Amino acid sequence: MKVSTFEEKVGLAEMIKGGVIMDVTNADQAKIAEDAGAAAVMALERIPSDIRADGGIARMSDPKMIKEIQAAVTIPVMAKCRIGHIAEAKLLEALEVDFVDESEVLTPADDANHIYKHNFKIPFVCGCRNLGEALRRVGEGAAMIRTKGEAGTGNIVEATRHLRSVIGGIRRLTLLDPDELMAEAKNLGAPFELVKQVAETGKLPVPNFSAGGVATPADAALMRMLGAEAVFVGSGIFKSSDPERMAKAIVEATTHFEDAERLVEISTGLGQAMRGLDMAEIPEDQILQNRGW
Amino acid sequence: MAPRVGVLALQGAVEKHMRHLEAAGAIPRPVLLPTDLEGLDAIILPGGESTTMSRLLRTSGLFEPLRDFMRSHPVLATCAGMILLSSQVDNLPYEPYALLDIDVDRNAWGRQIFSFHEDIPWALPSGNGSAAPEMLKAIFIRAPRITRQGVGVEVLATIKDEPVAVRQGHFVALTFHPELSADNRVHRWFLSEIVAPDSC
Repeated sequence: MKVSTFEEKVGLAEMIKGGVIMDVTNADQAKIAEDAGAAAVMALERIPSDIRADGGIARMSDPKMIKEIQAAVTIPVMAKCRIGHIAEAKLLEALEVDFVDESEVLTPADDANHIYKHNFKIPFVCGCRNLGEALRRVGEGAAMIRTKGEAGTGNIVEATRHLRSVIGGIRRLTLLDPDELMAEAKNLGAPFELVKQVAETGKLPVPNFSAGGVATPADAALMRMLGAEAVFVGSGIFKSSDPERMAKAIVEATTHFEDAERLVEISTGLGQAMRGLDMAEIPEDQILQNRGW
Repeated sequence: MAPRVGVLALQGAVEKHMRHLEAAGAIPRPVLLPTDLEGLDAIILPGGESTTMSRLLRTSGLFEPLRDFMRSHPVLATCAGMILLSSQVDNLPYEPYALLDIDVDRNAWGRQIFSFHEDIPWALPSGNGSAAPEMLKAIFIRAPRITRQGVGVEVLATIKDEPVAVRQGHFVALTFHPELSADNRVHRWFLSEIVAPDSC
């Protein structure tokens, strides 16, 4: 019997496809998420928009909160560690969380390196802005990739930019000659073998999800239309006026993203979405997506 | 004629099943709406989250039409799909279909860190009825356990003496994920033995 190899790690990511992963900060929110049809929850102490508002250093959550959420739901529970923080990742592994998000939403612990994720038994998801960053993370052992967007803004523009960049990068690779792939690997700053694999298959080697800015069912549908295989929603649910309805609506929109009539029904009378932030309102040093190397 | 096989596509590992079906000679179709069931010869209920799928089955209007379809058409159900089909499930806030006479414990092998794969013997009939046991790589992801099977339920494969693949009439259910390995023998077997037993 072989336990928790890369195959099982990617296998769980496959099971979450077509679903919504919701940020939750306590057991009650986790239950609301599960009842609304979330395919997984992300346990964290403060949702990104609060991290942004509070400032200071954002770290891994208290294990007590993570355990309470694990006890409250049967769906997979994910949790975040800081970029490069091997010890936080070890704690999350000991807690048996189902997926670790080595996340730019927390303050990085290492300004040059990410975690070598093949050394762990639990799977990791990492953020990216483009194909090169995605393939560096897969090279380190990420079993799932999510485009970063700009967390805590309720503004989908960065998520769109990153998803288009990754999907466009993949499309471009499939058009290149084999002779051109090494130069392209150099341009991307990505491992050659993975570049070659993407050029041949036209797909990332692991599932490709989207995050950072989803605030409405239509935002979730947009991510799916652009090629995201599942959607992370952070502040968009519990910063809306009716989280329960918003959660259900985003789950349905993620599934029925190609059905415009259904999307109208889903989007009708949902109340206020989170207020949101324009990118120009965010000081340069508070932009989260630039964290990660 | 190539059989048309649907894959319930509300959430989960849909794409991998579609690829295996295609490679095995079937015409796959994602099923999201009741009208998607029209003209299908069989359906696959994939892995994913059973709570998510249970809820979406009800909100999509697919719950009853799918039940009617499954009463008269072959079904291959994997992991969460098997949970939907079973008689009784621990800790699931929705009623399962109860079309397959088994009871199921969800996530009974533990959290993701305990997910595993193992080669298991499975007597896949190899074309002309000879049933030499072949080894099959079975990948278990936060897998359920079958805790009871009714008298009419045939066990197709076991791991440490407990059933991981069962059949009752035109229903086949697996606690593991044949769609995650490169090998499509399970899909080929389903098509030749369950979907179109007369044509081979």
